[in-house]
Parts: sequence; structure tokens; C-alpha cells
Amino acid sequence: MQLIPCPWCGPRDEVEFHYGGAAHVAYPEDPQSLTDEDWARYVFFRDNPKGPFAERWCHTASCRRWFNAIRDTATHQVLAVYRMDEAKPVTS
Amino acid sequence: MTVDHPQRRSPLAHLTAELAATPVGVSLSEVPFLTQLNLRVDPLGRAARAVEEALGATLPTAANTAVAAGDLDVLWLGPDEWLLVAPEGRQESLEKSLRQAIGTEHGAVVDLSAHRTTVELSGALARDLLAKGCSLDLHPAVFTTGSCAQLPLAQAPVLLLARDSEMPRYWLLVRTSFAPYVAAWLLDACVEYAASGP
Amino acid sequence: MSLYRLPDRGRVDRSTPVTFTYNGSPYTGYAGDTLASALLANGVHQVTTSIKYGRPRGIMAAGPEDPNALVQVETPFPEPMLTATTVELYDGLVASGLSGQGRLATEPDPARYDAMHQHCDVLVVGAGPAGLTAALTAARSGARVVLLDDQPEAGGSLLGTTELIDDRPALEWVEAAVAELDSLPEVRVLSRTTAFGFYDDGFVLALERRTDHLGFAAPEHLSRQRVWRLRAKHVVLATGAHERPVVFADNDRPGTMLAASARTYLHRYGVRCGQRAVVFTTNDSAYQAAVDLADAGLEVAAVIDARPQSPAGWAAECAERGIEVRSGHVVTGTTGHERVIRAHVAQLTDGRPQLRSGIGCDLLLVSGGWNPAVHLFSQAGGRLSYDDALGAFVPSSSLEAVTVAGAARGTFQLDGCLADGGEAAQRALAGLGRPTAGGTPPRPSAAHESAERPLTLWTVPDPDEQHAGATQFVDLQRDATVADVLRATGAGLRSVEHVKRYTTIGTAHDQGKTSGIISSGLVAQSVRAGIADLGTTTFRPPYTPVSFAALAGRDRGHLHDPERVTPLHLLHVAAGADFEDVGQWKRPRYFPRAGEDMDTAVLRECRAARESVAMMDASTLGKIEVEGPDAAELLDRLYTNLMSSLKVGFIRYGVMCGVDGMAIDDGTVMRLADDRFLLTTTTGNAAKILDWMEEWLQTEWPDLAVRLTSVTEQWATVALVGPRSRDVLALVAPELAVDNDSFPFMTWREAMVAGVPARVCRISFSGELAFEVNVSGWDAVTLWEALLAAGESYGITAYGTETMHVLRAEKGYPIIGQDTDGTVTPQDLGMSWVVSKKKPDFIGKRSFARAENQRADRKHLVGLLPVQRDILLPEGAQLVADPQIGPPPVRMLGHVTSSYRSAALEATFALALVKGGRDRIGQTLYSTVGDELVPVTVAEPVLYDPEGARRDG
Ligand SMILES: [Zn+2]
Repeated sequence: MQLIPCPWCGPRDEVEFHYGGAAHVAYPEDPQSLTDEDWARYVFFRDNPKGPFAERWCHTASCRRWFNAIRDTATHQVLAVYRMDEAKPVTS
Repeated sequence: MTVDHPQRRSPLAHLTAELAATPVGVSLSEVPFLTQLNLRVDPLGRAARAVEEALGATLPTAANTAVAAGDLDVLWLGPDEWLLVAPEGRQESLEKSLRQAIGTEHGAVVDLSAHRTTVELSGALARDLLAKGCSLDLHPAVFTTGSCAQLPLAQAPVLLLARDSEMPRYWLLVRTSFAPYVAAWLLDACVEYAASGP
Repeated sequence: MSLYRLPDRGRVDRSTPVTFTYNGSPYTGYAGDTLASALLANGVHQVTTSIKYGRPRGIMAAGPEDPNALVQVETPFPEPMLTATTVELYDGLVASGLSGQGRLATEPDPARYDAMHQHCDVLVVGAGPAGLTAALTAARSGARVVLLDDQPEAGGSLLGTTELIDDRPALEWVEAAVAELDSLPEVRVLSRTTAFGFYDDGFVLALERRTDHLGFAAPEHLSRQRVWRLRAKHVVLATGAHERPVVFADNDRPGTMLAASARTYLHRYGVRCGQRAVVFTTNDSAYQAAVDLADAGLEVAAVIDARPQSPAGWAAECAERGIEVRSGHVVTGTTGHERVIRAHVAQLTDGRPQLRSGIGCDLLLVSGGWNPAVHLFSQAGGRLSYDDALGAFVPSSSLEAVTVAGAARGTFQLDGCLADGGEAAQRALAGLGRPTAGGTPPRPSAAHESAERPLTLWTVPDPDEQHAGATQFVDLQRDATVADVLRATGAGLRSVEHVKRYTTIGTAHDQGKTSGIISSGLVAQSVRAGIADLGTTTFRPPYTPVSFAALAGRDRGHLHDPERVTPLHLLHVAAGADFEDVGQWKRPRYFPRAGEDMDTAVLRECRAARESVAMMDASTLGKIEVEGPDAAELLDRLYTNLMSSLKVGFIRYGVMCGVDGMAIDDGTVMRLADDRFLLTTTTGNAAKILDWMEEWLQTEWPDLAVRLTSVTEQWATVALVGPRSRDVLALVAPELAVDNDSFPFMTWREAMVAGVPARVCRISFSGELAFEVNVSGWDAVTLWEALLAAGESYGITAYGTETMHVLRAEKGYPIIGQDTDGTVTPQDLGMSWVVSKKKPDFIGKRSFARAENQRADRKHLVGLLPVQRDILLPEGAQLVADPQIGPPPVRMLGHVTSSYRSAALEATFALALVKGGRDRIGQTLYSTVGDELVPVTVAEPVLYDPEGARRDG
């Protein structure tokens, strides 16, 4: 049972959290002006790196806040968490 | 045709006797019909100050803590979200004073009195009992009096409040649909204390 | 006292004899015995026969590493796949040997199993000398400490030896240490507890066997086994080491045993495992066994040391006792049948055994060195490296919050273990920022200086060159031999993981604790690679077998999954409802009357709704309150249709889609005030939709001033349905104007209903005139009973989800998640009307314009009418164009999503998703029903009252 550090509640069991996919994938400014291909890129295409990856998580079972986490997809280690209004931290 | 004397039912009323029959070291009871209002307001805004003044209580900003002011408990649920718990029958007056305090600023007040019921759990074994289904560290030096947490107890979401962590007394605020499950789970967890060993 | 039980040794309780039955024969042992020690005390070595070859197999070890002694315990409850070396003896125990496979009980297990969470600063696994010292050092600093050990008493290896600590028997020191730990309030010592898995962030699972050893006397109210869910800031692994054998021909013959295990049986249980022993070793440790056994009166015929030089100190001790020592010799094989009677001994020259001679014995002790128990360390992510001198893998990386101490890291001498434990605790405390309290470290008796390095010898060459390796057993439980390993490498396998799968070595209950590294060593020899480069197979939890019952804990029976109930649940139970699970909710499916089956009850309930009045508990719908100046804007962005134009007091149906344009949920939206809405979600989707809405609000549109609150359980909802519903409502809400003009369709009103405050909605999920009455959950019973009473003269009928489904399906209303599967758009559902053309954007809009979404052959929701009007199509049935199924591939046109019997249509009917379905209306397709194909007519999805005439009553 991994601990995920909620930026509000602190470390809690992973089962309390809900995974929300890649972070920093902004909803397009004007979807209607995009080509099918560009729209499909937004809807369907995501990076899948081995190593640090910025993700969205929600602390569903507690404070219900969405936040961002940088997680190493190879080790599952959460390297950093930051609130939605905070800048993405630099992790080595 | 109307019913002359509407009879409210609390979610665990039918288990009153079972809850009362717990073994030495554990006490369980439903505290029904408490007033519970969900408050959403910017903690730094003017409305928050006005709310605090109206309540005579501060809105705790430390995560997972609660403050008590008289017969009112204010539980932190999120960075801009609190649950106000007061004795029975206060929802209308409390909602009114909160809305007044918030005024034109953006906030939300939602009556959740019937959304959750409250189970009081106390006694020397209360902490052990909770530890069977709760992954949080309940050590009295960690989950101190006035700590609260939203988390799963066994398989049900609960809002746990340490009313007293030294002489253990907890409140479990449980969504009513889960209340019979939580009660059954708690009663089951008591079984090992029920009979004295060989 | 039997020939094999010594009167003056061991920790068994001789005042408590215990009778038991093994393989049908009665025996006697003592409290404190294991099943294995008691059998050995009775001269029984063979416990079973092997799985593939049926060869006799005996007890080989004294702990969980034993590969042979698999037993089935029959009393007090049948349990398969236990190891005789770990079963504590109790009176009335009945057990039998297993040839590899056990038999699960057919009865439900009456025992309790539970779980407990425990946090600590320092978790120490293993209460041997290293673990005890670590626990004491940490505990004395005031840290919260948990000490686990799998044995009934602390001491670890000290239980099977004769060491001194601080000039007194080591076990006295152990006793004092445990007493001190027990006296500290922040310390918990758990015996009979095996840490079986090390997971992330200091999370360790351990199994405590609380009442197994009590047998029939186990009290029912205590859990039999408990899973400890431990979260430690620092973990000290003092898990010891396992002795491993050397492989030679017929090394599986009963009477063949690990040397230190025989010593444990001697000192701990007072059992001598034979009368005449031969000891075969590659290292010093077995000499102690030889000496101790000789001192206990066994005849030790010889020590066969594979090393060219025997250690001088030990050789002298042997000489003193008349034990012959043959260095540079090996055991090449054995003679005997159910018990070894002779060991074949040969000199080893240039790696080849020379002329053999036989030494008569009934006990052949073997030591091929020691494997540190690195399982948990490896599970924690620690790296291992091969230690050439030890011939074993040892921890090689440093983990921040894990320290390995004692034999588990290759420290085999007592003084080293005691020092290790103290240092491990100091490292843990330093990491926690706690000072170490003073105290004198324990001091052991002097040990023999180890003069000769151990020799790493995996296997002795097989004298039978024709069938080389065929009886040299590597994994005794799997009957896998040296020949099998060579076959694997001969087939081209190089990876130890591949060899493991090919040979099954290490896949049995013992997970290769003694055989794994031997297999690796053989592979390395065979492919001429370094064993260090080949590495080990992965150490996966559990370390020892754990029953599913223990893992399930209390999550069984009525606690298996939370049953969510509405405030009306007890009334439904009393009314004899048949329930169905909808997500975690228990919902009445139908309310059978005496003698009714589901079909009959549902037809009756449907008739009541269509012809008079019926009512249903709809409290399970998810409810979310949306409040704030931008509430309408948020809903406009999330629903496909326009919500901002909704007036206070009105209700609108809405659909939400994902960004891919696929419908994810639907429900109604009530406008409570300019800045307040209450929306409903489908029963199973409430949490998901709240998360979904919060995700957009918090991550994309934090500038919107809106707040969302789940109010699902705040409100209880009763649907009142049917042409007479207005009359019934009027009776219970005398102050409410219920006529069509005052209270039109898709509006809501606040009113007193049944004497309690309510929100009444005029919405319909059946096409009939209908209301939904919402009251506080506390008042639900009052409302329900009042409606039943008021509707009595109209024959008001309670109905369940099945009738609800029939009524809505007759109207072609889809259920998201039943009639859709995440690939269905509102347009596919024939609901283009719910998709706003006016809004510049909303979630999903852009996807509707994709080429894929414009295809004419998308699957559409249509109705199906079986040509034979009483055939009920199975939900999920595939639809094809032809009355005969041709050769594959058969082109599938779609499938049945909902299927019911309709009282109103006097026929069966179905909803289905069909390719280009709207263009096929009127056509005949064929549906699979069992092995048959039956013709069905494609129809509009709205089969009942298509004009909507019944809505207003
Ligand atoms: Zn949180």
C-alpha cells in the first residue's frame, strides 16, 4: 500500500486517491477550430514515458482536491506533489 | 389525508439495542439528528471572517483538524470546505446566519443533516477497534483530540473526529446508506472482546 | 521416553503429553512440539511420498524452508498444504502427508480471520539475537517498536543452540529481553507472526497465527489468524538464514536432513533424529551439529568434509569424541528405501569422486552453506549481490528506511549478530532523529575461529553416468532434478527465471528456499556463466503461504462488500422485496406476492403503473448540489444541452459526455435558485460524476465561482407513477395545487407532503403522469407509509427496479451503462434533441463533428420486437442479418442491451444497438437465443405511447 502525499492532507493510502491521467494537457482554447487530427491528439494521445511523469490525482476519499504529482512510472515513487495553482516543480 | 404525527427515523434506530450491548471497554451509540451543514467559502475572504464572527468560532485552516466552540464543532473537510455540527434542530437558523454572513460573496451552504448520521465510539478499546479497519495512525500523540479525517473505515467512507484522544471518544460521521454496514462492522469487531478468554 | 526423545533436553513441556494421529496411526508428543518434532521423536522420518515419482520423503528441516513435509491437517478444520515443521502440536491433531496437492474443505470455515493496522517507528522482523538487540536498543530510546517473530517464542537460532550470552545461557538473556520489551508501553511483541510481504513506504504485511496452536480449545470469539498491516518508519530485517543442502544421488531418502535442523531438534525439542549419523558438509557449521549429537549419545560415524582441509579446532573436537573426519570427501549417494541405511562416500580428486565406500547410518546430515533470508529485503527494492566466500546472495544496496542485520546479511557468528542488531537500531533511530539511549551491548561466549573457508558445492557428480542427475533432487517438492536443470539449459534456456518456469523449481509452497540458489548455481555451471551475473529469481510475497481466508479477513458474508441501503430498506424487507445489487446499493427488484414469480410480479407492477398508480423508492439516485454565481455556466459546459436558460422552479433532463463525445451519464437538473441547482446522476455513477465535475472545475476552470456538494443521502426520493398519481399526491399534499396548469411537466414545487417538508418534481421515467417526492431521509418512512395509505383505494402498488426498467424501455429511455458502453453518443441514442446547437462549446461537442461520428453505420439504439411475441431475447444476444449462421467470420450487426416482457404491449420486446439501426426500421434481423436464431423486427425505440399522450394524465 503506497502512500501518496496529498498536498493538503499529507501522506495517505493510495486507495484514497483517484488517478486522472497526464497533467498539463490543457483543454484547447477553441476546439471547434481544430482539425480532426489535432482534436484527436488532444483527446486520445498521451505521453507514456518511463520515468518521471506529471499526473493528475484527486484525493477522492478525503479532501476531494485535485492536484498534480510527478511520479516515476518505473518505480511508482511520487517525486513531488503540487497544487493546481502551483508551478510544476523541477525534479531531477 | 396526512399523517398527523410525522415520525422521524434515524438510520440506526433499529440497532439501538445491539449498539448498547457492547462488551466492557467499548461503548457505541448513535447520536441521531445532529445538525450538519456543509460550508464552502474562501478561507481568506471577507465572508470567512464574517462567518467566524457569526459562529463565534474560527474556521480551522490546518488540514484534518476541528475546533469546538460551545456546542458547535467545525470540522475541516478541505481547504475551503467545513462541516458544522450542532445539536438537533439548528439547521434553519444556522443556515440563515451563515448565508447572511456570506452575503454577496461566493460561498455555499448545504444542509447535510440527514446525509450522515453520527456514531459515538468510546472506551479503552475504542482505538484498537478502529485500528482493525482504519489505516490512519490513531496514536493519541498523533491523532490528537480535535483531529478529524475523512477516510475509509473497513470499506465505508467515514468522517472520523477525535473528541478525546486520551480517554478515547470518537465520532464517526457516516453516510446514512453506509450506516448499517458500519454498525455491523463495528459490532463484529467487538466480538473478540465480548467473551472473556479461557 | 522413546528411543529418540532425550529426557533432559529441549523446551517441550513434558508435563503435557499430547496425542495425535498421523497417516492413521496414533502417536504421542508434548506441548511445545511441532508435528515434525513429534514425528521424529516417534522415529518417523517419512511423512509422505513425492508428487511425480512417488518416492518416500522425510522431514528435512526444522522450519518453513522444509521442501518435503507437506501435510493436510484434518482437525479441528480441514486445512491443506501446511508444513509439518510449522504445525504446532495440539491434542487431537489429525494429519496426513500430502503428495504435493491438498484438498480444500468443502464446508465453510467457521473460524474468524481479521486484520489490524499498526504504526511504529521501528519494525523489527525476527526475534533472534540480532532482532532482539535491535528491538531493545530502539525501544530503550522511547521509539514505538514492533517486534515480530514467526516462532511461538523469541530467540531465533538461539532456540536450537547452546550459546552463552553475558555468561549465562542465551535463552535467559532472551527471556529478560522479551520481558523488558513487554514492559514498555510503546512496544508490541508479536510471536507466531510471519512478515510475509514488504511493500511500498514501510508497509509490511504479517500473519499472526493466534489460535492455531490451541486446536480444539481455540476460543470462537478470537480470530484464528490476523493479518497485521504494519506501517513503519524504519524496518530492521533480522530474518536469519536458511541452511541449504548439497545435491547428490538419492539425496531425497528419508533420514537425510539439514545439519543445523538436526541440532535444532536436539536442543529445542529434545529429539535425536537417529541413532547413527553421517555428517556431510562444505563448511564449519555442521561440525557443531556433529559434536552436539555425539554429546547427546548419538553415534556419529563420520564427518565428510568436501574441503581438502578440515578445520583444525573442529577436527580436534571430533577426535575427542571418536568421530572420524574425512576431508576431501563427498557423499555421492545413499542406499535404503523408506529410510537411508548407508551413505556412499568417495574421495574427491580434481572434482571427480573416486572409489566409493559405504558408511552405515540412519541419519545423513547435510550442510551446503547458508542462504541469508533476503526475501523481504528484495521485496522492499533492495539489490542483492553474490558473495563468493559464502556462496550466497546477500543484500548489497542501502535502502533509506530498511536495515538488514545478522544472518540475513551474511553475519553468521553470534557476536556479529548482536553487534549488527545494535547498529541497525542506531541507524534507524538516527534516521528518525532520535538519540540512542545507553546500555551495555550483550556479550556472547567465544566461538571457534573459522579457519577454513566454506566451499561452494552445488552438486556432487553422479556416479551413475548413464542416468546422470536423474535422482539428484534439486527441488524435492516438485520432484525436479539436476537432469531437469540440464535439460532446461540444453534446450537453450539461460535465464534463471526461464529455468524456474521450465523445471518448476522454486514454485512449490516453500518457494525454493533451499533449492533456488542451487538451481542458479547449476545453470551457471552448465552455461559457464557467473552465478553473480545470472542473479536470483524474483522474491515475491508471500514469504510463506497465506490462506485466502486470512487475506479476506472480516470482508466475508454480510461484510463482504458494503450494502448501501436507503432509509426505506427495512420497509422493503418487511414487504418481502426481492433485492438486486446496483453498484453497492441494495434495491428492491420486485415485490412478489404469494405464489408470484418475477415475471408475474413485474407484469402486475407494470399494469398498476400504467393503469392506476404505483410507487418506487428512487433514493439511490446520486444528487449533487451546485452553488455559485457561475453554476449555470459550469452546467452549460458539462451538459450537452443548455442549462443556463432553465428557470427557477423548472427541471431539465441532461446528458453528459466525455471529451470523446460518448455519453457518460444522464439525469435531471433542477434549478433551485439563480445560483443553485440540484442535479441527479445515475445510481452507480454518483461518485464518478462528482469527481468528473470537480476535475473540470478545479483543473480547467478554477476561475468559475461554483461549489459542488454531494447530497445523495440527504434526500429520500419516492417516485409516484400512473394515471392516478395526481389523486394520491393531492391526498397527501392538500396545500399543493397539483393540476396540470398549476404544476406542469418538468417543474418542481416545495410543499408539505404527508406532513413533512418536501420538494415535489413532476418528472417521468415511465411516460406516465408521475411525480417524484423528495424529503429528508429522516422522513422517508413517514412519506412512504402515507403514500401507501393514501393510494390504498387506487390499489397503489410498490414496484422495484425491474418494473422501472420495463416502463422506461417501453418508452425507449436508455440507461447509461446498460444500453450504452462508452462508445455511444447521444445521437446514436436518437437523442440529437438533447445536444445544443446554440452553445459554442461544451464537453464532447467537437468530437461529434469527427468523421467517425458521422458514419452512417454507427450503432443506433432501436427497439426489437421478436416475431414470435413470447420469446424473451437474452440481454447481450448478438444480432445478424441472415437466418443461418454462415462460416466465420460472421458479421455481427449489434446486440441486445435490454429485454423484457411488456404488459402494455402484451409481448416481449428489447432495445438494441444495431449498425445503421435507424435505417433498418421495419427490417427483420436474427437474434441468437441459446443455439437458435430467431427473427426479430427492428422498430423505433419508443414502443409505447409514442405521442406522449399519457404524460399529463
Ligand atoms: Zn487530501
